[in-house]
Amino acid sequence: MSEFIQIIVSGLSAGSIYALAAVGFTLLWQASQTINFAQGEFVMLPAFFVLGAMGLGAPMWLAIAVALGLSVLLLGAAFKKLIVEPMLPHGTLPLIIATIALGLLMKESVKEFYSAQGQPFPPIFPTEVVRVFGAAISVADIMNLAVSFAAILTLQLFLQRTRTGRCMQATAQNRGVAEILGVNVKRMVMYTFLINAALAAIASILITPIYLAKFSNGETLGLVAFIAAIVGGFNQIRGALVGGLLIGVIDNLSAFYVSSEYRAAAPLILLIVIIMVRPQGIMGTSEGRTV
Amino acid sequence: MLRKILLAAGVAALSMSSAVSAQTVRIADVAELSGAGAAAGSVWHDGVVMGYDEVNAAGGILGQQVELQAYDSQTDPQNSRAMVQKAIDEGTYILMGTVYSSSTIVNMLVAQQNGMPQFTGSESPTITAQGNPYIFRTAFGAQKGLPKIGSYLADDLDVSKIAVVWANTEFGKGGYNAFLNVAEANGIEIVADIPTEQAQVDFAADVSQVASSGAEAVFVYLTEEESARFLLEADKQGLDMPLAGDTVLVSQKVIDLAGEAANGAFGHVGLSANAPIPAIAEVSARFEARFGYAPDHNALKGYIGAWTVKYVTEMVGELDREAFAETMHGLCLDAATYPGVLMDVCWDESGEISRASFLVEVVDGGQVITRTLPAN
Amino acid sequence: MTASPKYLLYIAMLVALVLAPLGQGNYIVYVLCSWLIFSVAAMGLNLTLGYAGQVSLAQAAFMGIGAYITALMTMAGYHWLLAMPFAILSCFGIGLILGYPALRVQHHFLAFVTLAFNTLVFLVLRNEEWLTGGSFGLVPIPRPDFFGFSTFKQVPFYYFALVCFLLAAGAMAWIVRSPWGRAFKALRENPIRANSLGLNTRLMTLLAFAIGSGFAGLAGAMMAPLVQFIEPGSFTLIHSLKILLMVVVGGSGFYYGPFLGAAIVVLLPELLRFTEGYYLIIYAAFVLVLMVFSPNGLIGLWQKLMDRFRTQQVERSDLKDGAQL
Repeated sequence: MSEFIQIIVSGLSAGSIYALAAVGFTLLWQASQTINFAQGEFVMLPAFFVLGAMGLGAPMWLAIAVALGLSVLLLGAAFKKLIVEPMLPHGTLPLIIATIALGLLMKESVKEFYSAQGQPFPPIFPTEVVRVFGAAISVADIMNLAVSFAAILTLQLFLQRTRTGRCMQATAQNRGVAEILGVNVKRMVMYTFLINAALAAIASILITPIYLAKFSNGETLGLVAFIAAIVGGFNQIRGALVGGLLIGVIDNLSAFYVSSEYRAAAPLILLIVIIMVRPQGIMGTSEGRTV
Repeated sequence: MLRKILLAAGVAALSMSSAVSAQTVRIADVAELSGAGAAAGSVWHDGVVMGYDEVNAAGGILGQQVELQAYDSQTDPQNSRAMVQKAIDEGTYILMGTVYSSSTIVNMLVAQQNGMPQFTGSESPTITAQGNPYIFRTAFGAQKGLPKIGSYLADDLDVSKIAVVWANTEFGKGGYNAFLNVAEANGIEIVADIPTEQAQVDFAADVSQVASSGAEAVFVYLTEEESARFLLEADKQGLDMPLAGDTVLVSQKVIDLAGEAANGAFGHVGLSANAPIPAIAEVSARFEARFGYAPDHNALKGYIGAWTVKYVTEMVGELDREAFAETMHGLCLDAATYPGVLMDVCWDESGEISRASFLVEVVDGGQVITRTLPAN
Repeated sequence: MTASPKYLLYIAMLVALVLAPLGQGNYIVYVLCSWLIFSVAAMGLNLTLGYAGQVSLAQAAFMGIGAYITALMTMAGYHWLLAMPFAILSCFGIGLILGYPALRVQHHFLAFVTLAFNTLVFLVLRNEEWLTGGSFGLVPIPRPDFFGFSTFKQVPFYYFALVCFLLAAGAMAWIVRSPWGRAFKALRENPIRANSLGLNTRLMTLLAFAIGSGFAGLAGAMMAPLVQFIEPGSFTLIHSLKILLMVVVGGSGFYYGPFLGAAIVVLLPELLRFTEGYYLIIYAAFVLVLMVFSPNGLIGLWQKLMDRFRTQQVERSDLKDGAQL
């Protein structure tokens, strides 16, 4: 029993961070029909901003603030302005390729200019452990869940309850109509990119104390978040949350009860089954067929 | 367009072949300078660089300066094979590298076909089991190191049931297979057999499995970051059993990454930058001063390899690869006469190495040598 | 008038390909061989991507399937000529099975399914050690003999790979130019119109994907004897992305695009060698800039530049309109 609780809680804790990264996929998909193959690197990089700032002598809180600011600026604004905007008229494929290249660029740059070696990352929450039915649950586990839920709920509320949020949703649903109704579409799309960058930075700061900072972290993370987004439903934010948690738990359950050798297969098989049975994802709503 | 590229390739090839100079000895280092193995490969390469720089400062090989060429395998076995081919085409005298066994096992075929002596940093047992007369290790294979930890577990700690957590890669599988033999020989039962993914980040399920298996100890055979993540998770879940491993588990890198969670882990180490040997301490200090980070076993492997090339070539008296390989087989170098090898060392007919080794425990964030084991 | 310079160009290219390995070191010949092989794989993906408009992220997995089938069969003593069609047909068949459910729904789902498929293939190759040798891989894979012509040495192997490449390129040219291939183009230009003209777009797309996968099977069948060693790590998602980059960088939808793209990716480390460890950074930055300025890749860029020079000779637009009417 204690093992069961242990792996469920650990799975939820990891899954909540996958969810943060997965929300980014759905946001960008809605705003620009972009699949961001650099999303994993978007989560890898902010941790190095924190390390860099701390290396220059900044205290932890300041380093985190700097990392958040830099992420929003570079991974949000600059990404949108310099890469996405000029390429949008050419369809999604060149953009997908560009994000693959961007991911490679970020990964290799961190390796060359920071370090090829994994780096320890200071914990942001106390490392105390509580025992619940014999399962070890750390403060970080609970805080990861809490922060991720809070971030995603706030986002959901923002999109539904504020004027700007509703304008963003209108833009996502139908850009042309939104423009006619007087929505500043460009600005709304920009907001989406800024939010994505901020979420990626939060995910980075939550996950790196456990996963350690390494240039290649984005490969695994990006893939997991991507699968979570598809499983949950590519066009719904709550879908990404459900998908992330589900993948986190399933990964641990399959490793424990089924086979460690094939643990990586479970989320992938789930993905294929979902696409066959419910292509819009668990929480998603059906989109019109493009052809 | 096509022709232009072919032409460019042709021109590049021509210019390469004319660059060889008579005054220097060309030596190639094929290493994992990018990709998943960059952490290990770049440290090895820095060790090789420092070794040859010191060889050059000491007058070079047979009075000729060494011109070291680096080749990036990108941690891709196929590419490493191509790079070895390239190094041979460009006229290298001896080949250094690679560190990842999955690469070495492929590229050593090319080196063998060309009669090219090769110093590898790989520790997989398979490397020296191929009957290749040109391959030489710089640190001994897992099949030599693991029996020492096996008998320690069985005799000193009285362990009869053990859990094995291993990386499901060529590296991990080699160590895992070797450990299975060791466990059987020592009458240790494997109660949990847990393969893990490369770059796996969540070890909660793995640690839970170990905890619920009834094992009295756990043997961890993972790469650096994964070892650290496992230790962190084991610490969090309060896994209360001896954590045994090999060189990697107790390496300085893992200790730095895992912090306090690494305390108590112990392992068998073939080469350690913290070994209680003055020569190693001096080399480590020079390395850190030059590259700005502490060296690990991979750096020492590269360094020792570089000096060995000088010593053996000068024994032969000329740049003769065939004679070099013959001399290496059954050769022993003692550290008093040949300080560059740091510790007394011998190579056997298969290129396997024997050297004293250490039992290391992590105490207060540092390696402590608990026992020095004689060469076998 | 138009035909003869074109044929001269073909002959010149052929001569260049035949002469390329002569007098080169083994390494350069090896690089040329891998260029030929990746060109075949990229050519196949170009059909899927450039002509049928579908993103496949499993081209490396299909190469892996082809390579393992070839390796297992040739190591068991069957001739390469027997193993190769088997590899191609297996990839074609798996492509059909994989593509059918994915193409039933929205078009970008093929990308998702192939993404999952690639990693699943890797896991099976690694875990089923009894068959595939697991993470240790398969070694040594023999190089084929053809009626006394041994491909064991590097240069003969190059000519063997060149023949395979030319046959594949010929088959691709036939596919693209046949009425059937024109239907692919129609599909890409305007799927709804193609559909309304009576083309079964779903079947066409599925076939394009399966044929593209078959080309990857051939590439795998060529790669196994070249490297003489295969292991699961050579066929992961990253390698699929690499082939995808080749196609798009060269120019997807252009017949020569994949050859150019493969040349860039395979030869680039060589050309950028002077930059030491930075070549991947430079390569990534180059792809980014290329995509921003020329989404149609290098061939698209070339055409753009050509158009700029030709602008003076543009026809009278009113006449053009008239001709169309």
